[in-house]
Amino acid sequence: MEMSGEYRIPAPIGDVWAALNDVEVLRICIPGCEELEQVSDTEMTAKVALKIGPVKARFKGAVNFENVDAPDGYSIVGEGQGGIAGFAKGGADVQLVEDGNETILTYQAQAQVGGKIAQLGSRLIKSTAAKLADKFFKNFHDELSGAETAV
Amino acid sequence: MSEGIGARVLRKEDKRFLIGKGRYTDDIIEQNQAYAAFVRSPHAHAAVKSIDASAAEAMDGVIAVLNGAQLTGDGIGNIICGWGVTSKDGSPMNMGAWSALATDKVRYVGDAVAIVVADSLATARLAAEMVEVDYDVLPVVVNSVDGLSDGAPQLHENAPGNLVFDWELGNEGPTDAALAGAAFTTEMDIVNNRLSPNAMEPRAAIATFNEADDHYTLYTTSQNPHVARLVLSAFYNVAPEHKLRVIAPDVGGGFGSKIYIYPEEIACLWASMKTNRSVKWTSDRTEAFMTDAHGRDHVTHAKIGFDKDHKIVGLKVDTKANLGAYMSLFSSATPTYLYGTLLSGQYNIENIYCNVKAVYTNTVPVDAYRGAGRPEASYVMERMMETAAREMGVDPAELRRKNFVTEFPHQTPVIMAYDSGDFAANQDQAMEAADYAGFEARRAEAASRGKLRGIGFSNYIEACGIAPSAAVGSLGAGVGLWESAEVRVNPVGTIEVLTGSHSHGQGHETTFTQIVAERFGLPTENIQIVHGDTDKVQFGMGTYGSRSGAVGMSAIVKAMDKVEAKVKKIGAHVLEASEDDIIIEDGAVKVKGTDKQMLWHEVGLAAYTAHNIPEGMEPGLKETSFYDPSNFTFPAGCYICEVEVDPETGTTQIVQFVASDDFGTIINPMIVEGQVHGGIAQGIGQALLEGVVYDDSGQLLSASYMDYAMPRAHDLPNYSVHHQSTTCPGNPLGMKGCGEAGAIGSPPAVINAITDAIGNNDLSMPATPAKVWAAIQAAGAKQAAE
Repeated sequence: MEMSGEYRIPAPIGDVWAALNDVEVLRICIPGCEELEQVSDTEMTAKVALKIGPVKARFKGAVNFENVDAPDGYSIVGEGQGGIAGFAKGGADVQLVEDGNETILTYQAQAQVGGKIAQLGSRLIKSTAAKLADKFFKNFHDELSGAETAV
Repeated sequence: MSEGIGARVLRKEDKRFLIGKGRYTDDIIEQNQAYAAFVRSPHAHAAVKSIDASAAEAMDGVIAVLNGAQLTGDGIGNIICGWGVTSKDGSPMNMGAWSALATDKVRYVGDAVAIVVADSLATARLAAEMVEVDYDVLPVVVNSVDGLSDGAPQLHENAPGNLVFDWELGNEGPTDAALAGAAFTTEMDIVNNRLSPNAMEPRAAIATFNEADDHYTLYTTSQNPHVARLVLSAFYNVAPEHKLRVIAPDVGGGFGSKIYIYPEEIACLWASMKTNRSVKWTSDRTEAFMTDAHGRDHVTHAKIGFDKDHKIVGLKVDTKANLGAYMSLFSSATPTYLYGTLLSGQYNIENIYCNVKAVYTNTVPVDAYRGAGRPEASYVMERMMETAAREMGVDPAELRRKNFVTEFPHQTPVIMAYDSGDFAANQDQAMEAADYAGFEARRAEAASRGKLRGIGFSNYIEACGIAPSAAVGSLGAGVGLWESAEVRVNPVGTIEVLTGSHSHGQGHETTFTQIVAERFGLPTENIQIVHGDTDKVQFGMGTYGSRSGAVGMSAIVKAMDKVEAKVKKIGAHVLEASEDDIIIEDGAVKVKGTDKQMLWHEVGLAAYTAHNIPEGMEPGLKETSFYDPSNFTFPAGCYICEVEVDPETGTTQIVQFVASDDFGTIINPMIVEGQVHGGIAQGIGQALLEGVVYDDSGQLLSASYMDYAMPRAHDLPNYSVHHQSTTCPGNPLGMKGCGEAGAIGSPPAVINAITDAIGNNDLSMPATPAKVWAAIQAAGAKQAAE
């Protein structure tokens, strides 16, 4: 499934770009993220707990940056195994556009799931994925605008 | 005789089910029993790079984790297909290898990779989660049309283009010519939706290897335990036949899905030998959705032509059949010899041509499901007839009647020779019961309430009583389809009938008893039916294809003939009369026209004491018969469905459903009506509710009852079930079979009724409210544009 969105972030493009590459910021913003560790400039490992419909699972996997074009954007791509719950993979293309002292962030994300999550939670996946994507970018927005971040 | 043929005898088996004493495979508890869980692929298509079971093996309570390399290393054979189908170019079918546990590749979500055996079910399942399989994910194809397209992902090396076979039946040239010269033609694209069988009892197996005598025992949910034993020993090399006992105890529904020998039974038997434990596996419901063979899944283009008098001149059918990732046991026969051969329907058609391409896809294997090929054939034929009638502006009942076969035997151009029937009589009976004449008034009344009312016909015919062994052998079957029976009269006169048929809901313990009671004039309580155990019954071909009556009971009749002959000899000897004067009635052997008689138990005692039997006669009273039918049987009927559609919501309500069936002789009308009710319920489920959904990546989205809609009581009407029978000349009881008719005949009637109501013939199953609403809007838009 595919999702997209747009946010106006009250921070200069350089700060937004730095935050998008800051593992600590990402860890706070990714819903359900329990661990996020940098392995190289573009590679991280992650542990994320999610609940989709009746299936609760902890996904272990890798998150990579691709197509890095500082400071205008990148693609963030992830893939995780949730044991018997199945697997999830997805990615988002993120673009940043400077608008005075603020930055307009747009994203197009795709997600795919397999195994038990697909079998039992299929009707809920689209809404759950959209909610999670939205929550991430809202968290990110809040983090940069100095508001309290809800994880 | 109140309990004989034609009596509504209550089901003898119901007592144990009603008091909770049914004994299903999962109820069997063996000493030293362990539990199996399967590691299954979450991917629809992937190379298996490695399997790391170390974490699972290290868990407390885990006995073994076994994989495909070990299984094939032990010489366990690949899963077979029991029917070879030849392509039109003469080449054999392209069958890809299917190992019970995948070795190098997985090809559908749920494909088993390893079996975990543990002390408890919870541990087995937890350990299965801990097995780490490294997959290299491959591109996926899930439907037959895409599977045949250029550049489609390829499933099996020896099946180029995913084509299993390209089969034909009939004559293409004359059919094309007939259609070219037709006064009217109708063409349609018709999809038969993919279904999940959903037996109430999921599949299960408990396998026990006894190292003391190298003997295996398998309890399993099977419709044909002898066939299971044969295949497990001859092809899968689990154990030789005389060292393998297969028992199918009470089985809670099959619908075809329990004919096949699945990877799990094979793996449990093998794992039992490897671990020296009894190994038990019971499918959960999601596992059943993922691994039970699915049914139907045809994509068809069909064209029918009529002359100016509305007589059919030709029918051409092109079908793509999705067989899933591997060839299941009868997967090749279902969309060919059980489908193309029924495309003549109830009609006189000189020219028929059918082409079927069978296709591999990354989905669970597809095989026979209640009706097996015949529902697909009757759906094509009956939607074509109804649509053609509408397009030609003639009454659909009249169009059918004009084309009915009326003389028997009737040789169709597609192999089958219909032996009997009176299609007009069934249609008359159904039309009268449905008050067809009053329909327009009901339609007008419904319109006044804002409802769209429609009526639809389905005049189905099917082929049951499978089957003459030599005939099916010549068409590619790997087995003969006769049936066996043994009738044992005990010294006290009670009777045990051992049958190779298997009852998993059909009520054999009742109906089989009735024919014995009728023959010897005995109360049914003195008769016991034994089935489902290879140690008790010598051999049998099992129950599917509505064959237990026409074939299974015929074998019992033949064995009873032999018993009767011997009883008459004993009676004549003891009563000092001529054998010709001996009659058997009311539980006694009598000399006609006298008061001399022996009671039934006295005959039994005489046979076993052997103090006074004819010279040279062997003692005892037990006879066996192997009955091979001479032809298929041809149940047929007319179903009429009436619906009301709410144009605002697209919701369909079935307001009337009439069935008039010709099943030949009926042994127990109550059981036959139950079969018809259940069959129609399944057909209505297919027409309105059910459908298996895979997404483009091959994930099964309809894997629970949250997403797979089964019919419930409120979806179903109060059926009006009638019989108008002709006697089947092919078997001693004159029976045709009733197990599948409802599921075969009902879907086209429902869809024809809805399309009549909404004025749009373009509607596919399941006709959900969303689809019906869209079809109503499309019809409205078309009307506005005109």
